[in-house]
Amino acid sequence: MTPSDKPESAKDAAVDLRDVRFRWRTGPDVLVVDRLSVAAGERVFLRGPSGSGKSTLLGLVAGVAEPQSGAVRVLGSDMARLSGAERDALRADGMGVVFQLFNLLPYLSVLDNVVLPCRFSRRRRDRAVASSGSVAAEARRLLDTLGLEEKARRGAKASDLSVGQQQRVAAARALIGAPRLILADEPTSALDADARDTFIALLLDEAKTSGAAVLFVSHEAALAERFDRAEDLATLNGAWTTQGRAA
Amino acid sequence: MSAPVLPLAGASLRARGLTAVLTVLTVALSVLLLVGVEKVRSGVRQGFENTISGADLVVGARTSPTNLLLYSIFHIGNATNSVSFETYEIVARAPGVAWTIPISLGDSHRGRRVIGTTEAFYDHYEYANGRRLELAEGRAFEAPEEIVLGAATARDLGYQLGDEIVVAHGGGDVSFAEHTDHPFTVVGVLKRTGTPIDRSLQVSLAGLEAVHGGGPDDHDHEAEEHGHDDHEHDEHDHHGHAEPDTITAFIVGLETRPLVLRLQRDLNTYGGEALTAIIPGLALAQLWSVVGVAEQVLAAIALFTVVIGLVLILTSVYSSLAQRRREMAVLRAVGARPRDVFLLMIGEAALLAGLGGALGVAAFYAAYGLYGVEFAERAGASLVGVRPGLFDIGTIAGVTLAASLLAVGPAFRAMRAALADGLAVKY
Repeated sequence: MTPSDKPESAKDAAVDLRDVRFRWRTGPDVLVVDRLSVAAGERVFLRGPSGSGKSTLLGLVAGVAEPQSGAVRVLGSDMARLSGAERDALRADGMGVVFQLFNLLPYLSVLDNVVLPCRFSRRRRDRAVASSGSVAAEARRLLDTLGLEEKARRGAKASDLSVGQQQRVAAARALIGAPRLILADEPTSALDADARDTFIALLLDEAKTSGAAVLFVSHEAALAERFDRAEDLATLNGAWTTQGRAA
Repeated sequence: MSAPVLPLAGASLRARGLTAVLTVLTVALSVLLLVGVEKVRSGVRQGFENTISGADLVVGARTSPTNLLLYSIFHIGNATNSVSFETYEIVARAPGVAWTIPISLGDSHRGRRVIGTTEAFYDHYEYANGRRLELAEGRAFEAPEEIVLGAATARDLGYQLGDEIVVAHGGGDVSFAEHTDHPFTVVGVLKRTGTPIDRSLQVSLAGLEAVHGGGPDDHDHEAEEHGHDDHEHDEHDHHGHAEPDTITAFIVGLETRPLVLRLQRDLNTYGGEALTAIIPGLALAQLWSVVGVAEQVLAAIALFTVVIGLVLILTSVYSSLAQRRREMAVLRAVGARPRDVFLLMIGEAALLAGLGGALGVAAFYAAYGLYGVEFAERAGASLVGVRPGLFDIGTIAGVTLAASLLAVGPAFRAMRAALADGLAVKY
């Protein structure tokens, strides 16, 4: 039984942060957020210049960091009440993450990279199997949708791909097994304009199909129009506005 | 949930290619050395211990017990003195003595020892815990001009029953004096024993006498002297056989064991001539106590090379840590627990060591299969009981376990780093 099994309620937004305050060990506060919420299935664009606490925020949501105070609820679970292992399980079961760069394990094939979350989450494995008959078939379906099926069939290594292709593989990995929340940390900043547009379109379409909420962080304000809602971390983050810089 | 990362360890190592291969090779070589030293050591030991059994005493001229054992039974080195046949006969007839086997060495055929002895050799000589010599074909020698071959002699030199053989004086490959006028006829070939007897040839004492000019054949020998210290023979007819003046050594079997210490003391203090009587098992134990030091040094060296191999694994795991922080962040992002990161590092170290260990053991048996017998024969020893066994499994398991334990340090560090980094690695 994992936390995400809990029944839905009005409070069960995909992400809900209240009065969150975070700092690294002895340093000053780097993140002070009164309220940030992402409803189930909602696709939210979070604009933030570099150093505005984006990565810290995503770390809190993903459950790899804990705030000094405040409540972080993700997929219906109060993160503060979960053990480290339970947060890991929640992340494995319920979240797909796309980084800015270096998303893939270079020693695995494209296909093995995509199915990686299914190694750590039975729930996502089961959903992938339910969707396409097998984990590998679901991975191929996603890669096909993202225009990379050819690479998968040739057994290409992650290191053989262009950056744009790597990001799409990372998207397929984030989407496999239909997690309820996709976290994206500047996933398009290494892409040119065409690749960026294609990437965002594919990611949002697939998220819509599977009903996943998306929290998409980027400094490129122009991307905001494609999302249901946009927030600005520079104004959300009290620590940023008062201190200017933080990691 | 078990360990979802362990299959990744293999892929990660494969991707590191040459580095991983070299690490595995280093471990393999060190394990090859360790297994090699141990197998050769125990093989030689068992080979030696299997060479003679059931004998109560070995008696020769006054010398060190180890030396007597080596030259009389293992055909290593040469006797410096001999025992008079008269003394031999006195001991053979002594009360309590069940049987005796005379051994006369000093001649050879193409580098192989010729043993002058009697039928008692085939009736009483025991090896490998009570096994008797058996003929693969033919029969034991009866007449002075007949000769029996050890299994390896017949095989290596390609002799068959009925072939004629000339023996030479001395022990070398190239002999100075071939007794060409006294050829022997092969009448029997022994089955393989795994002892030095395999590489020998056996003739009767009378036959040996004949080639040295003391035998009852139709040549005119008139007590001629050859002038060799241990081969001075004169005519001496006894029960229709020619007998030598001296023999190299003899083996004694007693009717009851308890007599052995008294007889040994009597022989060692025998007034007629200076003798050494040894109990083979004790002399062998003495030999091992000397050889044991060298064995331990070798074993220690081998063990240290294994440690070096393991430290190399540790080095490669440690040095990969920094460049793998990104990989750990990716694993954390897809749901890996810190424990999985820990296991991945341990798994890689264990895999390197396990592969190296298995490869090393396999390499040893491959080398042994190809060169083992040749090596053993050149070394004058036979290796007994060299086969895959618990020691090999234990070595592979031990190396794997040791590498896993050593990797706990870097694995713990990787886990801590993964926890601290979370999803964001600062470059």
